[in-house]
Amino acid sequence: MTDAAMTAEPRVVLSARGLGRDFAGFTAVNNVDLDVRHARIHALIGPNGAGKTTVFNLLTKFLQPTRGRITLMGTDITRMAPDAVARMGLVRSFQISAVFPHLTVLENIRVALQRPAELHRQFWRPLSALDVLNGRAGVLIDELGLTPWRDTRAADLSYGRKRVLEIATTLALDPEVLLLDEPMAGMGHEDVQMVAAIIRELARHRAVLMVEHNLSVVADICDEVTVLQRGEILARGDYATVAADPRVRTAYMGSDA
Amino acid sequence: MSGSTPTPSAAAVPQAPSRPGVTAALVVAGLAALIAAPFLFYPVFVMTLLCFALFAAAFNLLLGYTGLLSFGHAAFFGGAAYFTAHAAKVWGWSPELALLLGVAGAAGLGLVMGAVAIRRQGIYFAMVTLALSQMFFFACLQMPFTHGEDGIQSVPRGMLLGLIDLNRPLAMYFFVAAVFVLGLAIIWRIVNSPFGMILKAIRENEQRAISLGYSVARYKLSAFVMSAALAGLAGGLKALVLQFATLTDVAWQMSGEVILMTLLGGIGTMVGPVFGAGLVIALQNRLATSDFPVTIITGLVFMVCVLLFRRGLIGELAASRIGKTLGMRADT
Ligand SMILES: Nc1ncnc2c1ncn2[C@@H]1O[C@H](COP(=O)(O)OP(=O)(O)O)[C@@H](O)[C@H]1O
Ligand SMILES: [Mg+2]
Repeated sequence: MTDAAMTAEPRVVLSARGLGRDFAGFTAVNNVDLDVRHARIHALIGPNGAGKTTVFNLLTKFLQPTRGRITLMGTDITRMAPDAVARMGLVRSFQISAVFPHLTVLENIRVALQRPAELHRQFWRPLSALDVLNGRAGVLIDELGLTPWRDTRAADLSYGRKRVLEIATTLALDPEVLLLDEPMAGMGHEDVQMVAAIIRELARHRAVLMVEHNLSVVADICDEVTVLQRGEILARGDYATVAADPRVRTAYMGSDA
Repeated sequence: MSGSTPTPSAAAVPQAPSRPGVTAALVVAGLAALIAAPFLFYPVFVMTLLCFALFAAAFNLLLGYTGLLSFGHAAFFGGAAYFTAHAAKVWGWSPELALLLGVAGAAGLGLVMGAVAIRRQGIYFAMVTLALSQMFFFACLQMPFTHGEDGIQSVPRGMLLGLIDLNRPLAMYFFVAAVFVLGLAIIWRIVNSPFGMILKAIRENEQRAISLGYSVARYKLSAFVMSAALAGLAGGLKALVLQFATLTDVAWQMSGEVILMTLLGGIGTMVGPVFGAGLVIALQNRLATSDFPVTIITGLVFMVCVLLFRRGLIGELAASRIGKTLGMRADT
């Protein structure tokens, strides 16, 4: 569907093998194999409670896997701490919008920029020391159309703009791999189109793995789809293949397919 | 489900951006009050008050600006009081060096206690700090240098920098006032620094801060040690002011008292804890000479304040119409 699909498959940057997680005897995720490729958008779909968020938590090490192995750009990250994984370039968003509500849009983005700029330990310097980050932050704010809200507190933004701010903050880290958990949930049609365009744009140079319920968006922008059901992979392939799969149709019956 | 976001403390909600003029006016008024105070009130009373105000402000650096409730801050306050008192009395150190030893000792204690407690969340953190400070209390009870129930008495104030005789009441007062201002300035700087911005982010959304690559435990531990060191500054200073160090200052009640002061005044504000401390100390001072049971009265005042002013006295004022017209923000 895109011209990228015609060229050779790009390199795998994030991969999981036999990934599993139990919660007190209940298996939330089991035997999940996943390959996320550079410059591709990979959708993870499935009914509520299928284990999509848990897979995200495992990949980003917010949860410790019970079984399996995770590799990020050739490095085994199965036992790493979540902040260390983030520093390696695997950055996630959250299902519930994750901004710093009482910081302004500018401050939110600067918080992300502070670490790579080595401006996060200085307890003796004034806040104006962070002004050197305004240029880079301003570019991101501009690119994502948030300029009119630059000095607005994140809590006062509309829901859609909060999600855009979250993406902008994530992009500030220039991550190699982006994990987006339902980035468009609860958005109006226009916001969905805007965010879809943003994601497509940022995936030109990065790998994206996203959980998305809006199947028309998935059909539109995703290169590969993995369907999860009761913690296990039900089907995978491009959207047309997956959508034609009778098991997937059954799994989605009564749901929003 | 670890993707759920912790709700930020409702008490620390900044309002509209503070006008620099208001802050400057507050600072000038505060300094003027500091200079006038010893001529209007009994100096030892004001100095005691300043020590507790600094203690509460140091505590608030942790509770208000980092979101950690420690129930063990008496260890730093009282521990530093012992260290300073011992250095000044037994080793004959000058007051500034004795004070620095108190600060260093409190920071060391803070590092040990913090390293054990920092990964615990919420009430567990409070319980671990309480348990550790109780261990320190019993250590103080047993160690010979603290003189057990008697404490260290008649601590000399000495000569500041070998030049200024702190036995002169006004000299001592202005020394204490200067240390107090310095302590508050340090706290203000920490809060309004690049590091302080990360603390704020962690308090607002810890999961998000982790996902941006911040190892939150390190920042919390740093804040814990800073808070402990500043609490130690207050404790050491108090030992020089009252010229003794006793078990009272390391007892768990002292940890409770500083929580009370901070909550009364308003967490996450610069002036709140100072007012809270003033209120508690003044109340205790008043009631000490009357027949009313002090703890019951302070307990009642505390309950009323918590029920009526959820943001604390200063926090409520900043959030009110008056505060808004003045351009105050809740973190002034
Ligand atoms: N921390 C946890 N403890 C216990 N059970 C959990 C936890 N996290 C997720 N689960 C369970 O795992 C299953 C998958 O949840 P989740 O990954 O949130 O699904 P999805 O994101 O696909 O809707 C659900 O049954 C959920 O109740
Ligand atoms: Mg989910």
